[in-house]
Amino acid sequence: MDLLRFITAGSVDDGKSTLIGRLLYDSKSIMIDQLEAIEKQSRNKEEGEIDLALLTDGLRAEREQGITIDVAYKYFSTPKRKFIIADAPGHIQYTRNMVTGASNADLAIILIDARNGVVEQTRRHSIITSLLNIPHVIVAINKMDMVNYSQDVYNNIVIDYSKVAQSLGLKDITYIPISALHGDNIVERSVRLDWYEGSSLLQFLEEVEVQRDIDLVNGRFPVQYVIRPQSDDLHDYRGYAGKIISGIYRKGDEVTIQPSGSRSTIKAIEIGGREVEEAYAPQSVVLHLNDDIDISRGDVIANNGRKPGSSQELEVLLCWMDNKPLVPGNKYLLQLNSRVVRAVVREIEYKLDVNTLQQEAYPQQAVLNDVIKVTIKTASPVPYDPYKTLRANGGAILIDETSHVTVGACMIQ
Amino acid sequence: MSAYRLDYLDQLESEAIHILREVAGQFERPALLFSGGKDSITLVHLALKAFRPGKFPFPLVHIDTGHNFQEALDFRDALVQELGEKLIVRKVEDTIRTKQLTEPRGKFASRNALQTYTLLDTIEEFKFDACIGGARRDEEKARAKERIFSVRDEFGQWDPKRQRPELWNTYNGRIHKGENVRVFPISNWTELDVWNYIRREQIALPSIYFAHERPVIEHEGQLVAVSEFIQLDDTDTVLTKKVRYRTVGDMTCTAAVESAAGNIDDIIREITATKTSERGETRIDDKVSEAAMEDRKKNGYF
Repeated sequence: MDLLRFITAGSVDDGKSTLIGRLLYDSKSIMIDQLEAIEKQSRNKEEGEIDLALLTDGLRAEREQGITIDVAYKYFSTPKRKFIIADAPGHIQYTRNMVTGASNADLAIILIDARNGVVEQTRRHSIITSLLNIPHVIVAINKMDMVNYSQDVYNNIVIDYSKVAQSLGLKDITYIPISALHGDNIVERSVRLDWYEGSSLLQFLEEVEVQRDIDLVNGRFPVQYVIRPQSDDLHDYRGYAGKIISGIYRKGDEVTIQPSGSRSTIKAIEIGGREVEEAYAPQSVVLHLNDDIDISRGDVIANNGRKPGSSQELEVLLCWMDNKPLVPGNKYLLQLNSRVVRAVVREIEYKLDVNTLQQEAYPQQAVLNDVIKVTIKTASPVPYDPYKTLRANGGAILIDETSHVTVGACMIQ
Repeated sequence: MSAYRLDYLDQLESEAIHILREVAGQFERPALLFSGGKDSITLVHLALKAFRPGKFPFPLVHIDTGHNFQEALDFRDALVQELGEKLIVRKVEDTIRTKQLTEPRGKFASRNALQTYTLLDTIEEFKFDACIGGARRDEEKARAKERIFSVRDEFGQWDPKRQRPELWNTYNGRIHKGENVRVFPISNWTELDVWNYIRREQIALPSIYFAHERPVIEHEGQLVAVSEFIQLDDTDTVLTKKVRYRTVGDMTCTAAVESAAGNIDDIIREITATKTSERGETRIDDKVSEAAMEDRKKNGYF
């Protein structure tokens, strides 16, 4: 049994909350007291039946205003898999939240209302899915019950969407016609959609291969913490603690420490205090090297696969996430895994319209939810990989030095 | 499962260890809030994997309401002794006295809300900049929206609208003086994940998690242990039942479930079959209002 993280993109109108409610309900992840609570609320709202969408509404502040203000995480399991849903609101002003929710996702479910087909919002969600390089996409064509389960409607949407997908270079797309409200093609294949020959949504979620997406060749190990007990019996113990974010590390392997470029070999590997011959992503381990080199938090121990880039100038696609606008020339902190460096944002090359992919050249500033292309100059070299090549070592955050708030998400080019 | 693939428990474990090490790497004075319950015991086990053979880079801190199960306290002391780590205990009793707080009255008068005062005082006393806790997102709706690194102001308040975006596995722990960060390494675990992990790792737990005989009263469908901390009415009937606890909080606000589950396998079987959520079944304090947890978190509660 393994783990799948996915994001659902769509609005309440597309039936997103109903879909999540349905997955939780049909996988029996909803408990009686939680059902009672939403039944009570359904009555409060003077509606007749249980509103599955209420299961995903969180805070009272949101319920009162009828909005979703943040990413919420939901969990369910089947005997095959544990699932983590990042439920991101689809409303236009929340690009920031979808980017946040999408950053860790193995898969995106993009919901399309069968009555409306591909709309501006569909394009926006697809563009963000492509920017964040989510490896797998399900296009769930929902509300099939409202179009008499029509195969023609479905086919036309597939044709429309494949154009969007092609222009964005989205890979591994699966189309599934569903009705979240009635449960068609959610857990079981529906007889009302017997012309559809693929898997049900849940079956697909259970079977899609995701661990294969991890790069096991080019090893990256960002050092988080150095374990030095300095006790009498462990006087010489010096272990580098961190999580392998890509690759396989074996005892005896040659490694390079970035950004210094020094070399050594692996003396020992420990997992939870137990010595092992090899370890791989995404395991948390302790590495011991044969040479006494100065290594500290923020350094990357790379194996002998492709060398990471090391630069003080990063070309970056940046999603701006702060209420204060970004003004070129401002200084920030850039954090990539455990490395934090001072950084200055140079000129904004262009702003990307997330609805149309059109570029606006040299805008004066960027505001909340803007996606822009910038060059970032850093005070010291940053070992990185292009985001499209190695997601785990190509996504960084920008932090405002004075407010300490996370203000931007950087996809290094 | 073929080579180079991790089981979901290994993935969750690795994520939690990564988060614990980020705390060690980013903060000057972290602490691990230890309640004596299964979630914080799991955290201690994860900390062992993250930092041994070194010492923990943080003390364990217990905010003692004075209404604890004796079994949980005994377990706490034995565990700390075995680990050789530092334990700091601060008592709600003392805060009530020095701050002249008013204790809630009533049948199940709970010090749960007053606990927040002691917690905030303790954070101030030791200048803790990060407090690690065992909260999980599956526990409750407000928790489902909280970040893994959750910044609190100097009043300990959580503001859902001002949460920082949390991307990839990058955690921003930078704060102003006086603020602190609550860190939740097992955010992505469910109750069942915790139990499966405890079984796999053979982690020892306080005996009250397993079925035992106990005098209880029935209150609105929940079984509450008879103790010096609750007031019995004439209408109460004391029954001796075979029970276990699904969560371990105060004796005043934690209900037992009737069970014959004497070992972890039995417990996992029961939880898999159960139809009620952990908090719904066992927490008297969440029933007060629909948004009880949201309100308490905003006021600095864990």
